[in-house]
Amino acid sequence: MKIRASVKDGVTEVKVLMQHEMETGLRKDKDGKLVPAWHITEIKAQHNGKTVLEGQFGTAVSKNPYLVFHFKGGAPGEKVSVNWVDTTGDTRVDEAEIK
Amino acid sequence: MNTSILKSAIISFAFATYCSAAMAAGSASDEIAKYREMISDGNPAEFDEMRGEELWKKAGGPNKVSLEKCDLGKGAGVVKGVYAELPRYFADTNRVQDLESRLVTCMTTLQGTPEKDITTKPFSTDDSKSEIEALVAYVVGQSKGVKMNVSISHPKEKEAYEIGKKIFVYRAGPYDFACDTCHGRDNIRIRMQDLPNFNNAKDAQSAYTTWPAYRVSQGLFRSYQWRLNDCLRQQRFPEPKYVSDATIALTMFMARSANGADYDGPGLKR
Repeated sequence: MKIRASVKDGVTEVKVLMQHEMETGLRKDKDGKLVPAWHITEIKAQHNGKTVLEGQFGTAVSKNPYLVFHFKGGAPGEKVSVNWVDTTGDTRVDEAEIK
Repeated sequence: MNTSILKSAIISFAFATYCSAAMAAGSASDEIAKYREMISDGNPAEFDEMRGEELWKKAGGPNKVSLEKCDLGKGAGVVKGVYAELPRYFADTNRVQDLESRLVTCMTTLQGTPEKDITTKPFSTDDSKSEIEALVAYVVGQSKGVKMNVSISHPKEKEAYEIGKKIFVYRAGPYDFACDTCHGRDNIRIRMQDLPNFNNAKDAQSAYTTWPAYRVSQGLFRSYQWRLNDCLRQQRFPEPKYVSDATIALTMFMARSANGADYDGPGLKR
C-alpha cells in the first residue's frame, strides 16, 4: 500500500493506493472456468489508535483500488495506519506519517 | 414500489439518458479530464516502478549480474533523465534504439539472457507479468519532469526519423488505414476518446509524454512498444516484431514531435 497523508486547516487528507487483484468471482478464465472471488472485504483506517474510517469493499471496486478520505484533526509527524482484510482472510497493514 | 412511481422513474431515467446523450459529445472529454484529475495521485504504475527498480538492481540472467551497468544513453548506470532523450543512436550496436530495445541489449549482453526469452512474450497478461514492462516503468519514472530532447543530428537518427514519418502516413491493410488517418487531423475520436493529432505539436507532446502508462481498464502497465502494437492491431496490420527497426523509427518520429515538453510519465489511462 502507498499512503500519503497531509494536514491543512485542521483537516487531514489521506490518499491510499492499494495493490490487490480484486477478482469478482464472476469472470471466466480461458477454459471457461470461473475465476474464484478474491477481493478486499473490509478496510479500516486509524489515527493514534482511534478508528477514523471503516468500510466494506465488494466486487464493484476496481483492481488496485485508490481511496481518498478526510478526517478532522491530525498533526504533522503523527501516524495514520490503514488495514485491509480480503476474502481469503489475508490482511495487510501499512502506516504513514502525516505531513 | 408501486407502478406509477416505477413508471415515472423509468420516464425520468429515459429523459436523463436522452439529455446526457445529447450533451455527451461536448462534455465527455471534460468528464474524462475530471476523472484523470481525480485519480492522478493514485497511479498504480507506482507498483510497477517499484518492481522495476528491484529488477534493475537484482542480479539476474545466466551471468548473475544486475542491470546497473546498463548504458541507456547517458553512460553506464545512469537512469535519471534518459527517457527524455530516447530513441537515440548507440555506437556499440550501431543502431538507433528505443528504451525497450536498449533494455533487451543490456539483458542479453550484460546478463546473458537469450534474446528470444525476452522478446517472445514481452507484454504483461493477466497471468504473467512482464519483467521488461516493469523495467520500463522504473526507467521512465526517472525522467518525470525532464524536458523532451530527442536528437536527430546523427545520420542514423535522421534516417530513423524520416522512415518513421513515412510509416506514420503509410496506408495499408484491409481498412486502407494509416496512423495519420486517425492521428493526422484535429478533433477526431474513437467512441469518446479524443485522438491526438501528431501534426500539432501540443497534441503530440501531451500524447507522447503520458506514455508508457497504466491502463485502468486492463489493470496493467503498458509500454510504448505495446502502444504501437495495439494501434497497428486496430488498423488490422500484421503484428510487428518486438523492438523492430520499423517500430523504433515510428517511435523516433513521435518522440521527436514531442520535443520541448516536460516528460510526464508513467501516465494513467482509462
